[in-house]
Amino acid sequence: MFYREAGQFKASYAADQQIFPIRQDRIAYYTLLAVAFAAVPMVANEYWMATILIPFLVMSIASLGLNILTGYAGQLSLGTGGFMATGAFAAYKLSTWDIGATFGLAEPMHLHMVFVFLGAGVITAAVGVLFGMPSLRIKGFYLAVATLAAQFFLLWLFNKVPWFTNYSTSGVISAPPRELFPGVVITGPMAHPVTKYLFLLSLVVLLALGAKNIMRCHLGRAWMAIRDMDIAAEIIGIRPMRTKLAAFALSSFYCGIAGAAWAFLYTGSVEPLAFSIEVSFKVLFMIIIGGLGSIMGSFLGAAFITLLPVLLTNGPRLLGLNIPVDIISHLEFMIFGALIIFFLIVEPHGLARLWQIAKEKLRLWPFPY
Amino acid sequence: MDFLYNILVAPFAMIGAAPSFFVEVLIGGLLSGVMYSLVALGFVLIFKASGVFNFAQGAMVLFAALFFAGFMDKGIPWYGALPLTVLVMLVLAMGIERVVLRPLVNQPHIILFMATIGVSYFLDGLGQTIWGSEMRVLNIGIPQNPINMGPIQVNAFDIVAAVVAGSLVAALALFFQYTRIGRALRAVADDHQAALSVGIPLKTIWAIVWTVAGVVGLVAGVMWGAKLGVQFSLAMVALKALPVLILGGFTSIPGAIVGGLIIGAGEKVAEVFWADAIGGGIEDWFAYMLALAFLLFRPQGLFGDKIIERV
Amino acid sequence: MSAPPLSSTASAAAPSGKRPIGDVILSVQNISLRFGGVRALTNISFDVRQHEVLAIIGPNGAGKSSMLNVINGFYHPQEGKVFHKGKERLKMKPHDAARAGIARTFQNIALFKGMSALDNIMTGRNTMMKSSLLDQMLYWGRAQKEEIAHREFCERIIDFLEIEAIRKTPVGRLPYGLQKRVELGRALAAQPEILLLDEPMAGMNVEEKEDMCRFILDVNDEFGTTMVLIEHDMGVVMDISDRVVVLDYGRKLADGTPHEVRSNPDVIAAYLGGH
Repeated sequence: MFYREAGQFKASYAADQQIFPIRQDRIAYYTLLAVAFAAVPMVANEYWMATILIPFLVMSIASLGLNILTGYAGQLSLGTGGFMATGAFAAYKLSTWDIGATFGLAEPMHLHMVFVFLGAGVITAAVGVLFGMPSLRIKGFYLAVATLAAQFFLLWLFNKVPWFTNYSTSGVISAPPRELFPGVVITGPMAHPVTKYLFLLSLVVLLALGAKNIMRCHLGRAWMAIRDMDIAAEIIGIRPMRTKLAAFALSSFYCGIAGAAWAFLYTGSVEPLAFSIEVSFKVLFMIIIGGLGSIMGSFLGAAFITLLPVLLTNGPRLLGLNIPVDIISHLEFMIFGALIIFFLIVEPHGLARLWQIAKEKLRLWPFPY
Repeated sequence: MDFLYNILVAPFAMIGAAPSFFVEVLIGGLLSGVMYSLVALGFVLIFKASGVFNFAQGAMVLFAALFFAGFMDKGIPWYGALPLTVLVMLVLAMGIERVVLRPLVNQPHIILFMATIGVSYFLDGLGQTIWGSEMRVLNIGIPQNPINMGPIQVNAFDIVAAVVAGSLVAALALFFQYTRIGRALRAVADDHQAALSVGIPLKTIWAIVWTVAGVVGLVAGVMWGAKLGVQFSLAMVALKALPVLILGGFTSIPGAIVGGLIIGAGEKVAEVFWADAIGGGIEDWFAYMLALAFLLFRPQGLFGDKIIERV
Repeated sequence: MSAPPLSSTASAAAPSGKRPIGDVILSVQNISLRFGGVRALTNISFDVRQHEVLAIIGPNGAGKSSMLNVINGFYHPQEGKVFHKGKERLKMKPHDAARAGIARTFQNIALFKGMSALDNIMTGRNTMMKSSLLDQMLYWGRAQKEEIAHREFCERIIDFLEIEAIRKTPVGRLPYGLQKRVELGRALAAQPEILLLDEPMAGMNVEEKEDMCRFILDVNDEFGTTMVLIEHDMGVVMDISDRVVVLDYGRKLADGTPHEVRSNPDVIAAYLGGH
């Protein structure tokens, strides 16, 4: 009844090409932003911030990244964890880099956190391009297995080469405390969850907007063309090499930022173990359950996969059941697996498609025709 | 410079100085490669017959090994535990066909692939819920002692493993070539629709293939379990079968064997002679890099046909 | 910013009627193509002249599609040369051919199934779009202007092909005839000099065929696009083509006007069967 587009005419192509062509969608979007930026920090307690909202936002970035590569450009990757680790270690090296000493200044000086994150993204993008090279010759599952090489090699590298951990003896390195603005600490143990949350949220909004924009420009169309039929794409003049490598670069840029955010804004420590193959699978689940080739789906999937374990661990306790911890962790595996199968059977196109169907229904409601 | 020397010169000097040691390492690698082939074989069977990239093969290996070791711990002798476990794998295969494959028929490959990851999580959880997660020692009486063959020392266990794997492959080849079910399987592998149209029951065939893959997984699980103990990390061993697959091609049984041998030998040799130069633990990624380098020169794998693209 | 003219050689405003056939624009000489032991094409030569409609006919397996694949760089013949605008074309990739002004459609529709009709047509203009990655991420200024300018151009093609109603529909949901039209639109969006059409009317009913013929002739008239088309329907071939090349078992049987080809005894014996 309220969700109608009748009477909303577009007089220009610019109006027709905007992200939310329907007015109600636009209103919903701005409301959501307002809630996320203003209401949530006031309402949510620290536990919610630190254990649910922040990891959800971090994983949304990773899942946006993988969706660019797999959902839009059609290149299956299992190397997400490795790329996230690259981002985390790049950010660590950049944030501990004493520019003052390098350029012979008297005072020690450090890169600003914004540049640390950007730099981590750019470095990861370069690594991503390197490991994306095989995609020029191999496709599908062969490529997926090849990206596992990135996953295992990168983690091994960060484990073995002491330079990456600044020769730390314990092997556990923590994110150095840094300020976003003078007086506002963003990383390290003193940083307030709300600060981290707001910084992360801005990052997420910008990155999601960037991804959405690219998908309505020529690069986005080139990716989808390669995904849908690579030979035809080449014959109409799309250069496969550039296009695929661009996908790897941008996807890894996102994953790198996600990795840096994971280490600096969520766990506060940088360790390769946090980016194991399990993470790669988790992100893949996110985009499949959320919806391949959908920005919205990346968020829905990230929310689902981050919330599910929280529910599974806390659910039985809330119901008053007392199940031993190790059994719970096994059960968690089972339920996780079963739910994934269930979702794939019910809606192979993910939550984003369900959302779309719901909107279609809403347009007609309450009259069925 | 030191680094380059350690990579480019020192290992070869070492090989030149003790060729019999090199041969020993090589044979050890080839024999352990057979174990990779065993796991890869299960993947190939399922991919051939249903086009499903079965990520759960590793979980099936663990699942089968858990049941087998669990039955033996309950005091059932191995000749009793074996058919019991085969029965379990049969039930599992039928369950997977009914619950996962049938509702997802005609979906894109990536969806089926994801579903098998779901299956893999489920099996890992189920197996450990039933049998617990502590390590089980699996003693089926295979000797572990080294045997001297001239100047070369070989582990008896590896030889047994190779013989078992060899006979399994031979049995599978005969099964595929000469039985009615085998013919039907090959028909299904060629073309689902055409096979259906001449009256081959697809559902039965899939259940059979998954059972056979389960049995292959059981053999792999028992061999690996006897070597490393039955525990969760067994499922990870299966990841090693993936580079074997891309080396050999997803649809080729000889490919799985030869790929396994190459990966096994390459990994052992690199570990023994190059680990000093580039740091230990390279077995984590060496197989993948080897397969990747190989793919750049031959994208269709060792035994795949040259791909002619059409429009 | 106004849209660029529909054709690089003429303004779209005034339909100019059939242009006189010009010089040789593309020339294939002594092409032989083998796949392993199979000889797909043997020693084939012919010329394509500017503004003409050239039909390639022949029975199934005669090598017609392979010939198109050679022209747009998808297959590389073992022997023979391709001259494009007088210059010998060395081994090139299909995307280079596209950039050199050769577009094509496919026998089995090769649209991008996950994208809307409009997006499919827009991909045809990808080679002309220059805005950088960052511009596109910001969708500000240059990128947006570029998008809108090209959108205007594509809308004119949509208008021309009469597919306004389905521009936002995913092409996977469209009926066959409309998909063929969208595919033609995608090829036209690239403003090609030479358009290769692989069985543009296969599987169509009479009405759809008539529509498609009209589009082909209109494109040829209005934009002067040179056409090379493969078609099985003899009636259509005789009606719309200026010249016909006949292939059989990978060899050229005849080459000439529809009338000449129709009366060529070799062709009658091998193909038309005493038509």
